[in-house]
Amino acid sequence: MRFSDQFEQRFTEMLTHYPTKRSVLVPTLLYAQDEVGFLSEEVIAEIASRLDLTELDVRNVISYYSMLTTKPRGKFNVQVCRNISCLLRGADELIEHCEKKLGIGHKGTTPDGLFSFEHVECIGACSWAPAVQVNYDFHENLTTETMDRVLDEYRKKVQ
Amino acid sequence: MADAPKLVNITVDGKPVAAPAGTLLIEACKTVGIEVPSFCYYPNLSLQGACRMCLVRVEKMPKLQTACTTGITEGMVVVTDSDEIRQARKSMVEMLLGNHPLDCPVCDAGGECELQDMTFSYGAAESKFIELKQHRDEQQWSPVVYFDRPRCILCYRCVRVCGEGMDVWALGVDNRGAVSTIVPNKQDHLECEECGMCIDICPVGALTSGAYRYKTRPWEMKHVGTTCTHCADGCKTTLGVRRSDTGMEIVRGDNRDKSGINGDFLCIKGRYAFDFANNEDRLTQPLIRKGGRLVPATWEEAFEFVGRRFKEVLDREGGRAIGVIGSTRTTNEENYLLQKFARVALGTNNIDHHRTADFPAFAAALHGKSGATASMRDVYNASAILLIGNDPTEEHPLLAWQIRNNVRLHNARLYVVNSRPIKLRRQAASFTQVTSETDFTEFLGGDESLASFATREGWNAVRDKLRAEQGLVIIFGSEIFGEDIQALARFAASVPGAKLLCLGDYANSRGAADMGLYPDLLPGYFPVSGAGKFHQEWKITPAAPGMNIGQMFEATKTGQLKALYVIGANPVGRLNVNPSTLKNTFVVVQDMFLTETAALADVVLPAANAYEKAGTFTNTCGDIQILKKAGEVTTAKPDFEMIVRIADAIGFDVRKLVPFGHGVHADMGQSRGAQSGEADQHAVWLEANGLEPKMSPFDPVATLDEIQRLVPGYDVSRTELLAGNDQHTSIAAMGPGTVQNPELIVPAKNNLFSSGTLGRYSRTLNSVIENKDPEPADAVPTD
Ligand code: SF4
Ligand code: SF4
Ligand code: SF4
Ligand code: FES
Ligand code: FES
Repeated sequence: MRFSDQFEQRFTEMLTHYPTKRSVLVPTLLYAQDEVGFLSEEVIAEIASRLDLTELDVRNVISYYSMLTTKPRGKFNVQVCRNISCLLRGADELIEHCEKKLGIGHKGTTPDGLFSFEHVECIGACSWAPAVQVNYDFHENLTTETMDRVLDEYRKKVQ
Repeated sequence: MADAPKLVNITVDGKPVAAPAGTLLIEACKTVGIEVPSFCYYPNLSLQGACRMCLVRVEKMPKLQTACTTGITEGMVVVTDSDEIRQARKSMVEMLLGNHPLDCPVCDAGGECELQDMTFSYGAAESKFIELKQHRDEQQWSPVVYFDRPRCILCYRCVRVCGEGMDVWALGVDNRGAVSTIVPNKQDHLECEECGMCIDICPVGALTSGAYRYKTRPWEMKHVGTTCTHCADGCKTTLGVRRSDTGMEIVRGDNRDKSGINGDFLCIKGRYAFDFANNEDRLTQPLIRKGGRLVPATWEEAFEFVGRRFKEVLDREGGRAIGVIGSTRTTNEENYLLQKFARVALGTNNIDHHRTADFPAFAAALHGKSGATASMRDVYNASAILLIGNDPTEEHPLLAWQIRNNVRLHNARLYVVNSRPIKLRRQAASFTQVTSETDFTEFLGGDESLASFATREGWNAVRDKLRAEQGLVIIFGSEIFGEDIQALARFAASVPGAKLLCLGDYANSRGAADMGLYPDLLPGYFPVSGAGKFHQEWKITPAAPGMNIGQMFEATKTGQLKALYVIGANPVGRLNVNPSTLKNTFVVVQDMFLTETAALADVVLPAANAYEKAGTFTNTCGDIQILKKAGEVTTAKPDFEMIVRIADAIGFDVRKLVPFGHGVHADMGQSRGAQSGEADQHAVWLEANGLEPKMSPFDPVATLDEIQRLVPGYDVSRTELLAGNDQHTSIAAMGPGTVQNPELIVPAKNNLFSSGTLGRYSRTLNSVIENKDPEPADAVPTD
């Protein structure tokens, strides 16, 4: 299967960083997921064969990390933290609000394929709780109102 | 061999313990009888440290330590039992039971479950958890492997034994933390060797076997340790048997006590393929051909008929006109008895069997060279192994296990020479792909011309490395025969301490060869012309070589051979014998099933299989082991008894065949009424071991006596043998063997999922999807 040149470049480069091939598995999966959108059967088979792993090994690792997924996600993956600091500062309301607003539950995807939603463990932004991560971007000190604005901005991006 | 490692002294619960440096604390404790509880630790698998059941207090260390991952160090002071430790263990068990369904009353593992035992010893009667248990439905991963997720305690033993032990890597772990779960390699099912090692090693009832699940409880079975009847490796298997309508039914096979050469290893055949015994196509009564059709008859009728017809041929044309074909799955005692019957009762050397390896040439090559053969145990301990030909992963699963684990655990160097890229090359220090194994063998034997320009450098390098090895075991498949075995033996002689191992195919192929199922060789590879001791004892020994298996079928065609006696063999099905050649021959077949050969016979006698009788088997290495009677059907007889009955029916004095009752004057208790205690105990012991009192003409032990007396190399310790231990016989002490007729060697080509006739009638072997070539029994024509 074919990945972009940039992927191939990074992959070749990474291989030189570690004594064993399998060490590059997690970053490789991330890059592949960024490119394909999710980790398809085809991606799994390709990466397994490149790294001399079984597909089972690769799937085991994917299942370990909640950031990796074998199912297609929306364009924007909204991850609301629900660990202790965020909970104390209103993560629950935020979650409820998002669910209502997007019309989907934990790990759901909107029918237009725009948003996915999930709650996650601490994302390391406790000082600015409650925090939300959309794809690789952070949004902090959120209220239901500012959350709405965040979602709207993303929606605008595709129009 | 490296020098013995230095001893390290520690103190455990006040007791001084000395163990080699590098020993794990948990193992060191065992040596003085202190058991540290464990779940995830399993000897010879990588360390996991997952369950924390093995916590102990080590002086000067701040926290409790896991004994399974802590190596001993000089002066270490350890406490394995205290209130603190007991409390820790109790909490561990409580945690494990947090989501464990308490379905012990129906669980297969109930009664032999490590979690039950631990809960009993270390657990608490109550739990602080009030959460609802998460139920998950059980999953079927293959016809033999089922998974009950809530019962799993995540010890990862299954994952490790499948990967590290089997080199299959079919099991993995999905998710993390409390929701981790064991998963099969194909998401919803398994594609693997179906060996069942994962089930066997599971400390609880999370992995269960399709063959055994929900059938019975462990304490309802009797457990009989015997020898596997499939390939030629001779795994010890413990069969769980239970009373059934027709006798004793085998419901489980494993080797949990790790006795025997295989430790706890068994492949799918040893573990599950005992089901042929219960196949409904199994013959249940003697059949006699009347008016062109095989019709049921009584045993008396059948024996009388066979005896009369054999006698007619004998009287008219002599033994020359009768041929005998023996089996690679009958016991040594039966094989020995059969050739003696042919030679002494029929007066003919027309006896042969389906040959799968050139053992006579092996005997010839090693004649007088004592210590030159390797046992199955040697394969696990050798510092280096040369494997020429064969694909042990498929054809010799135990051998493959020994090789893999020797490489993994003892860093043995494996040299693979093969025309195919066999799987064991993954463990090999060097893999030499050749166009023909014989060329390489002859090159080793000194014929330099066989290394081409392209291969010379590589071959030389391998040979130099081999020559530098100490304690090399050379294993070769049926690709190597005749003179080439001599060449290999020559090479072995140039490497100090090298030993050889010749691979045959069926459970007792080696025994058939050792016991003289050859037209030109007596038991122990002595030529028929020099019968010596055998002549002294038997009085009659025809001196001219008889017909081999090919010649016999030629002779049936021409009408020279009037009768054929076939025991546990299927030449029509396996050796491509044209059925029409048997048209005018009186054919008697002893078998479990109506094979292609049996379907053409005039008399068919239903035979017991190796799990239903006592005796001995010799594996392909020459390790002799005992067989104990486990299963039983009332509708079949052991071949031993049938041979004796036929001899009797011919009018032959069976005392000359089976030396029973020699010097035995036991009173089995019949005449002593209330005082019969001791003899009864003896009878009970015999019964328990599947043996018959030595006063019976059907007693194989009397024949074993004779074998041990007359076949050099078989004079192993009877005590060890009866105790269930393997004993290595020595081919060097035997006769001169012979180098001829390699064309008669027809490899069985069994793979992991096939096993000759037995495989056809095993539902398990035919049901797994990895069996690409299932050969279910209904493909056999019955008329
Ligand atoms: S049956 Fe054997 S090969 Fe299959 S998963 Fe279990 S251990 Fe692995
Ligand atoms: S299935 Fe059995 S062996 Fe495997 S991890 Fe679970 S409890 Fe351990
Ligand atoms: S390896 Fe051979 S002897 Fe062992 S269980 Fe399998 S078939 Fe039986
Ligand atoms: S708890 Fe939410 S970011 Fe740390
Ligand atoms: S046995 Fe030591 S942690 Fe499991």
